[in-house]
Formats: sequence, structure tokens, C-alpha cells
Amino acid sequence: MDVDRFEIRLSGSGGQGIILAAIILAEAAGIFEGYHVSQTQSYGPEARGGRCKAEVVISSRQIDYPKAVQLDMMLAMNQASCDAYCFDFKPNGLLLVDSGLVEQVPTSRAVFLPFTKIAREVAGKDLVANIVALGALGYFCPLLTNKNLEAALTARVPPETVKINSKALQAGFKAAEEFDLNSLPRSIIPEEEEEI
Amino acid sequence: MNAIQTGEKRRMKHELNGKKFLLQGNEAMAEGAIAAGCRFFAGYPITPASEISERMSYRLPQVDGTFIQMEDEISSLGAVIGASLAGVKSMTATSGPGFSLMQENLGYACMTETPCVVVNVMRGGPSTGLPTSPAQGDVLQARWGTHGDHPVIVLSVSSVSECFSITVTAFNLSEKYRVPVVVLSDEVVAHSRETFTIPTADSIEVADRIVPNVPPEWYKPYEDNSRGVPPMAPMGDGYRHHVTGLAHDARGFPTERPDEIEAFSNRQFRKITNGFFEIQITKKLTVEDAEIVVIAYGSVARSARRAVAMARSQGIKAGLIQLVTLFPFPKNTVVNLMRQCKAVIVPEMNMGQISREVKRVNTGLTEVYKYNRIDGKLITPMEIFEEIQKI
Repeated sequence: MDVDRFEIRLSGSGGQGIILAAIILAEAAGIFEGYHVSQTQSYGPEARGGRCKAEVVISSRQIDYPKAVQLDMMLAMNQASCDAYCFDFKPNGLLLVDSGLVEQVPTSRAVFLPFTKIAREVAGKDLVANIVALGALGYFCPLLTNKNLEAALTARVPPETVKINSKALQAGFKAAEEFDLNSLPRSIIPEEEEEI
Repeated sequence: MNAIQTGEKRRMKHELNGKKFLLQGNEAMAEGAIAAGCRFFAGYPITPASEISERMSYRLPQVDGTFIQMEDEISSLGAVIGASLAGVKSMTATSGPGFSLMQENLGYACMTETPCVVVNVMRGGPSTGLPTSPAQGDVLQARWGTHGDHPVIVLSVSSVSECFSITVTAFNLSEKYRVPVVVLSDEVVAHSRETFTIPTADSIEVADRIVPNVPPEWYKPYEDNSRGVPPMAPMGDGYRHHVTGLAHDARGFPTERPDEIEAFSNRQFRKITNGFFEIQITKKLTVEDAEIVVIAYGSVARSARRAVAMARSQGIKAGLIQLVTLFPFPKNTVVNLMRQCKAVIVPEMNMGQISREVKRVNTGLTEVYKYNRIDGKLITPMEIFEEIQKI
């Protein structure tokens, strides 16, 4: 698929595995799908807590500016990061949030899925909530196949955690599959305005 | 014998060349260093440069190199200079606060003409500043940080692939000219991950220092020659080699004779001036017919690239000079373009350290505008585009 810039932002609290999820996403697109990718991040000096964001830009061409300009997709794993980083959206941009941790969203094109709750159910730990979210993100991303995302995940995480992470990823795929994207407006700009 | 064999096995197992990876700028720098033949690294961890040390700590043993974490940055550069004097290509990496501590030994490396590569991943400053945010505040410090009138080469990187290739260049220039080379990176370049295929060994040009071809008793470690770069004997192989930070004569011993000091100092500058043709590296984008030229370096050059493309798509004749070499300042390239263009814009994440250089070489040829941002955020393409539009 020829794409100029497809931009994804992942955000949450430091320690939730936001950057790891972004790295796996970038490896799936860059190494397994063969696109040019650029993955950047910004976080505070603290090891846990604080706001954290990571961005992945995917393109068929060399990427000039490495950070996101206009988002196609965004993931928010808590309310603070949703408030802070939900900007620069394309009109048809899609926001994914953890429904257990985010209450208010600034766009009507938002997908609420209980990533942390799902993680607890399938793996018995909150730890893999980032991978559940990654599964959903990858499912909705038109540039990635589930197979390649799983391959990237398996190649990146420590061998002894592959099983639990794969389970989490599959749960993410499944949760996303059950969500009806057609229930959301196609664009946040009303159609009559979009004509102009 | 066994040690050599296991070393060989380790190398085979960890052959990375020709393979594609998602690498961070910092990781690519470590790989570039290893490809250039670096086999000694001494450092002290600091955000946002720690990943260079981290990768070196496990990659160097795989290629039979040595990694050591020192007690601070002063000793780090001290160890690097010592290893280099012993004939091993050496490197250290730090960020602003550590780079300040290294200034004394940087001068020692200049004075003793010891090749070494010092990476400074710039973060917000002064002092502890902004550990996880980018800045370009150390540009003039890299040039003038250590005391005394001294030659030094300062390079800058803007992408993961440059982190690899420019690190190789840094080692080559350092070895060829017997001068410390400072590589300036910044938090954005250092922490960005991009797909990168590590080149095969035969496609990488590697330069080694010239060793003496005279018998040990004839060797004068600081004797002038046509290149102004004396051959360098590794310590411990029988060649007399006195090393001092004092001004010294051709044998390396302290001197106060003005004629010897002047000859020594002039040679320091002459060797760099002679090499301008290969030291001053720039990259150009659509400058042939450009009326507005953006001069940028480091991560800002990436924003500028997009801004120039945006301007071109709007019919504005814009171009970009990306400075890879910051010092010695690539005056000829910049002045040649100044003759043809209406205006030059210099966006930087400082209050104008390179725009000062640009203005210095301008001499009324064109208008020079600076654009500065010092809030710890990368300048965006839109900001530069708006500056282009204003003119």
C-alpha cells in the first residue's frame, strides 16, 4: 500500500509500556511490512508515572520530519495523557482509549475498550495491557497484518514472556474485531462542511 | 590460541552487517564506532546518551574490544586518551553536563594530538537543565569549550543513518588529522528509532592513523611534514614517545622557545586547513535555483527538509544546506549560496550560535534571519515554513 505519512501516537503514564508498544509497532511496519518508519518519544525524567508519549510515522518514502504532524491514530492509556496529547488529529483520525482509565474524550471518533481489564482477565496481570492495546491498534491500522504484528512481538519480548504476550495480543485483536467501527461518524467534520 | 578461536566464534555469531534493524540513533552510533574500528570505550552514563554506553558495553566484548564505566566524565576522556595513545581507536559519549567536565581533557587531546571521538548528545541546559529534552546549546562549547587557541573538528548528525555514517567519518578524520572530533547529536536524533540496514564491512571506508616507518631511534613524535600530521607510534612498541600538555618541541619535551612554539601552533591549524576539502561536509537540497536558503543542522535539519519541500509545493524557490560539519565552519559552500539567494534562514534550538557564524561570513551578500526555540521542543516544519513565507 502506497502511503505518504501514516502517523500513530501512543500515550499513557510512564511504566505502562507505551514506548515498548511503539517499538513493536514500528518493527512490524518497518522490518516485517517493509515500510520506512520513524519512532520517537517524549517522557519526563521520572522512571514511573508522569506523562509519556511515543509516536510512529510510517511511510512508503524516506521520512523527513521524524515526529507526527497530523495523526491518523492515537492511543490513550489514561486520562492525563488523553488530555495532554490529543491534538493534531486528521478529521478521520481514530482515538483508542482504555475505557477503565479514560472517561472524557475530545473527539466523537473514539473507540472505548477496557484494555487493562482484558489484560487482567486473559493474563492475570495489568502488565500486558499495553500489548492488548497494541493488538487493537494493529487491528485498526490498515498497514499492518495481525500476523506481522505477532511476529514483531515475538521477536522483541523476552522468550519466557512470549506466551503471555501473544495471548494479550490475540485478546486485543478480538476486542477490536468485536467493535463496530461503522457505529462512529466517518469524520469529525460534518459532511456538508467537508465539501467546502 | 583458544581465546582467539572463541573470539572468532563470537564474531561470527554477532555478525550484524547487511541486516536491517529498527535502531535508535544512539545504537547506530555505537555500531558506526565499531564499524570504524573503535575497540575502546570509557564513559559515564547520562541521559540522553546512555544507550551508546549500554550498547558498547555488550558489543565491544563481542569484537574483542574493551568497555569500562569510569567514575566520572573527566576520567572517561582520560582513559580514552590513554587507550588511543596505546594505539586503539577510542571513544566516549556524554551529554552537556558531562561534556563540561570533559573540557580539560579535550584540550589535552588537542595539545598531545591524540585521536579520539567524543559524542555529546545535547540536552537542555545549562547545568542539569532538561535531561529528556533536545537542545543545540553546546555548539560553541564544542568549538571553544576548552581553553587555548586550538583546532578541533565538530560534526553533527540528523538521522539514524547519519549516526552510523558520520561516526565512521568522525573516526576517520580523527585518525587522519590526529585531532579530537566532537560529534554533536541531540535528544531527538539520539532516541528516534528508524529502520537501518547496517552496511557490509567492504562498503565502509575506514582510515587508520599513520605509524612511523623509521627506526625507533630516529623517531620524533611531533616532527612536521608536508601534511602537518606526524606519524603516531603506539606506546609500548619501542618508539620513544613523551606526552605532555605543556607546549613541546618535535621530540615531545617541554619547550619555551618561541620559534618552536610558533611552529607547533601553526602546524596545529595548518593540518586542519589543508584538509578543508574533506573535513567540511554539507548536504544540499534543491539549492540550484533557490532564492531562500535554510541553513540547519541536527534534528532541526529534518524539520527544515520538510519545510523546504512544503515551500516548493507552494511555488516558493526554497533550498536547504544541512551542515554536517559545524567547525571548521564550511564557509565556502555557505558563501557561494549567499551570492545567489535573497535571504538565509537559520533555525536553531539555541539563541543563535550558528547564525552568528553565518552572519560572520555574510559580508553583505544577503539577508540573514535567525529563528530560535529554547523551550526544550523540536522546531516543527510548520514554524520554518512560516518563516520562509514571511520573506
